[in-house]
Amino acid sequence: MGHSVKRKEDLRFIQGKGNYVDDVNLPGMVYGQVVRSPYAHARINSINTEKAKAVPGVLAVITGEDLAKANLAWMPTLSYDKQMVLATGKVLFQSQEVAFVVAEDRYIAADAAELVEVDYEELPVLVDPNKALDSGAPLVREDREQKNNHIFHWEVGNREATEQVFQSAEVRASVKAFFPRCHPAPLETCGCVADFSRATGRLTVYLTSQAPHAHRTVLALVGGIPENNIRVISPDIGGGFGNKVPVYPGYVCAVVASLTLGVPVKWIETRSENLQSTGFARDYHMMAEIASDRDGRMKALRVKTLADHGAFNATAQPTKFPAGLFSICTGSYEYAQAFCEVDGVYTNKAPGGVAYRCSFRVTEAAYLIERVVDVLALELKMDPAELRLKNFIPEDKFPYKSSLGWTYDSGNYEGAMKLALDRIGYQELRKEQAEKRKKGELMGIGISSFTEIVGAGPSHDFDILGIKMFDSCEIRVHPTGKAMARMGTKSQGQGHETTYAQIVAQELGIPAGDVTIEEGDTDTAPYGLGTYASRSTPTSGAATAVAARKIRDKAKKIAAYLLECNENDLEWEPGKFFVKGAPSKSKTIQDIAFAAYTNFPPGMEPGLEAVDYYDPPNLTFPFGTYICVVDIDQGTGEVKVRRFLAVDDCGNIINPMIVEGQIHGGLTEGLAIAFMQQIDYDESGNVQGGSFMDYLLPTAVETPHWETDKTCTPCPHHPFGAKGVGESPNVGSPAAFVNAVVDALSHLGVKHIDMPITPWKVWKVLQEKGVAA
Amino acid sequence: MAKKQLITVKVNGREREAAVEARLLLVHFIRESLQLTGTHIGCDTSHCGACTVVLNGKTVKSCTMFAVQADGGEILTVEGLASSAGQLHALQEGFKQEHGLQCGFCTPGMLMSSYALLHSNPNPSEEEIRWGISGNLCRCTGYQNIVSAVQHAAAKMAKAGSEANLAEGVAK
Repeated sequence: MGHSVKRKEDLRFIQGKGNYVDDVNLPGMVYGQVVRSPYAHARINSINTEKAKAVPGVLAVITGEDLAKANLAWMPTLSYDKQMVLATGKVLFQSQEVAFVVAEDRYIAADAAELVEVDYEELPVLVDPNKALDSGAPLVREDREQKNNHIFHWEVGNREATEQVFQSAEVRASVKAFFPRCHPAPLETCGCVADFSRATGRLTVYLTSQAPHAHRTVLALVGGIPENNIRVISPDIGGGFGNKVPVYPGYVCAVVASLTLGVPVKWIETRSENLQSTGFARDYHMMAEIASDRDGRMKALRVKTLADHGAFNATAQPTKFPAGLFSICTGSYEYAQAFCEVDGVYTNKAPGGVAYRCSFRVTEAAYLIERVVDVLALELKMDPAELRLKNFIPEDKFPYKSSLGWTYDSGNYEGAMKLALDRIGYQELRKEQAEKRKKGELMGIGISSFTEIVGAGPSHDFDILGIKMFDSCEIRVHPTGKAMARMGTKSQGQGHETTYAQIVAQELGIPAGDVTIEEGDTDTAPYGLGTYASRSTPTSGAATAVAARKIRDKAKKIAAYLLECNENDLEWEPGKFFVKGAPSKSKTIQDIAFAAYTNFPPGMEPGLEAVDYYDPPNLTFPFGTYICVVDIDQGTGEVKVRRFLAVDDCGNIINPMIVEGQIHGGLTEGLAIAFMQQIDYDESGNVQGGSFMDYLLPTAVETPHWETDKTCTPCPHHPFGAKGVGESPNVGSPAAFVNAVVDALSHLGVKHIDMPITPWKVWKVLQEKGVAA
Repeated sequence: MAKKQLITVKVNGREREAAVEARLLLVHFIRESLQLTGTHIGCDTSHCGACTVVLNGKTVKSCTMFAVQADGGEILTVEGLASSAGQLHALQEGFKQEHGLQCGFCTPGMLMSSYALLHSNPNPSEEEIRWGISGNLCRCTGYQNIVSAVQHAAAKMAKAGSEANLAEGVAK
């Protein structure tokens, strides 16, 4: 623990020997291609598949009507809605799945897909979520009993009491902030190989899945196949970031095709299909208002949000939380009262609302609070760092019950912020900024002091489709003292094969190199809900420690037997038990492992294995302070990130190298969201960010050099004091970038600019304010 | 079925001959005909660079070329980087030592672009490395440790080179 052990998984990846889904090549395998809708909203009058079927090499063309005969035209989403697998009746968004062509090779499948003729009749399109609830708005979902576009209303906090605080407030500050629709865009797109064997009746699905066990259960429920006859294998995954949590129509089509044809069917989406049809993120239209006194003591917060979920509510939120953990929007601050409400609506856009590198809408919440705090600082003419320091939940108040109901486990917000201010040289930067302003130059400093809420979650509050959000680990120690451990989570680059082995090493004293970690095969790994929402270390990491401790308890009994002493006379140091006061009388864990199979105490069950299903008592609350320094080019409107410092606190760290790597990556994704990315739609519902031509990812050239540092406030309830971290940089950084840009322009009266802050957007502001060069 | 063309390509030092459709993309030829699946596909628009291989000494995005265009050429893929005895290339070691990869999907393309970069510029500055890999997207690392990995490899290769020169000098 705490060591930057080099990663075990690297050896295969650097030699091109990874095994990603598209690398799976089975005998007799055929290929599927989805036919997609060019329209955002249209009635389907007819589908003619004859020409496609006539192409030599084409094996099947499946339509929604074919699926309907097997009751498979619709499937459940992970948020108690349903979604069309293949469209019947009408299409609800551009690029929606309409038919599935299966052919002997992928070129033939693509050719034939072009020949599927669909007669569409265009319908009025609903693009603007603000108009979704207007009378006369196009009805997106005719299939529902409820004949409007409203999905849910969710609220938390005390509306009246909050209102009263606002009425008597000395100062009120507000911001209307749109968090644009963006996409996780892992470098590997989604796909699968479905392999149904008529000989055995078993279905094996190689799947780009962040949650293979949950997906097995969904496949069993949707397909009516006994769950014991389904094996989901999630092999190496080329990044997930939330995109590989939902079940997609292509998976179901491939499974149906394999069931029908009795051969393996591969379906791999293209990048455009990935961006245009699979789980997007954010798309939150938010309003936050904060009440304070003139000295800058915050009194109350209220938040109102409109959430655009597209055509189907295909988020993957825990059941009780339709807006995820958005109620962490109170952030790192104390208030007497808070109130938050969210309405979700349907539009004619791709479905989703997934947690993109984010613990269920935490990114939106952190961005909003950190933005409105800066607006309040402007109102008060107070330094934003000073305002934050004044309102932080003090260290001695943890565990802290927030006004929206969460119990923050631990925190030292002042500590992280002071380290960040000191390391970046905050006061000097403010002086420099003042001097630059005198010269007419634009420089900004942006702060974000976010609080995260990760590691879902305790079974009393957290489930997806009823399945509680525990996670698991099974450890087997072999006779020679080497070990194999399996978890219900699934790495997509997080380095689990290394970090979980480090946990076993820490707990059992077996060298990490002697511990093999395996995840992703539902036939062998214990059940778990998978990897997203920074939950692996808080749940499976905890389960690994607890399972190892169960093994250690048994090992102690065996050691006492071997040493002919009382168990209570033994002491543990990593790797061996020894007799108190006689350290030479000892048995190593390897000795004990061998004895567990060869010479165990009479009456004891042989073997040295344990399994743990860990139900966390609370979530974990990592936090940090990020500071960004920008310079604005007054000729082009380009924002140059001069420095970016991330001070993170994720409690005790297993592998600092891996944590730092995750922070670099998350910051880069945050940079992209703040400055480059949006999946927008025109008035006809045509997607405007549907390929890497127009949905921009930063290259090494646009990406600045990241500075990192840390404080350590161990989690009080986790077995080894760890918290999640993978998402903090993506959650905390957008506000730091935007606050820096607004700070550079605040003396000109600018209070807010919506993301993505493109050079064009900035240049327009510079023009308007008369400061363009 | 469209008419097939016979092509001959030297891949990782080995002569390969195949009959391919004219429209077969080079990346599909490498991944499916030759079963060298280290070369990946991450986009359809030549942006991501996951499919980067070295053809006749220069990097190409193999999703943007037909296999027939490589006829008579010499290709190096990630599988050919290590020595035939299994000794890792300095770049492969650098990526592991400096934590230059996470999910591993962009890694083969990154390695090949870095290989070509160091071939033409054995001692690149940080900025030159960033430009050198700017045709390759990575979603996990934020590039910083990839830059370190390339620097690691450059230093190691320079040291090996100077030791070789020294040995040569002593021999003279």
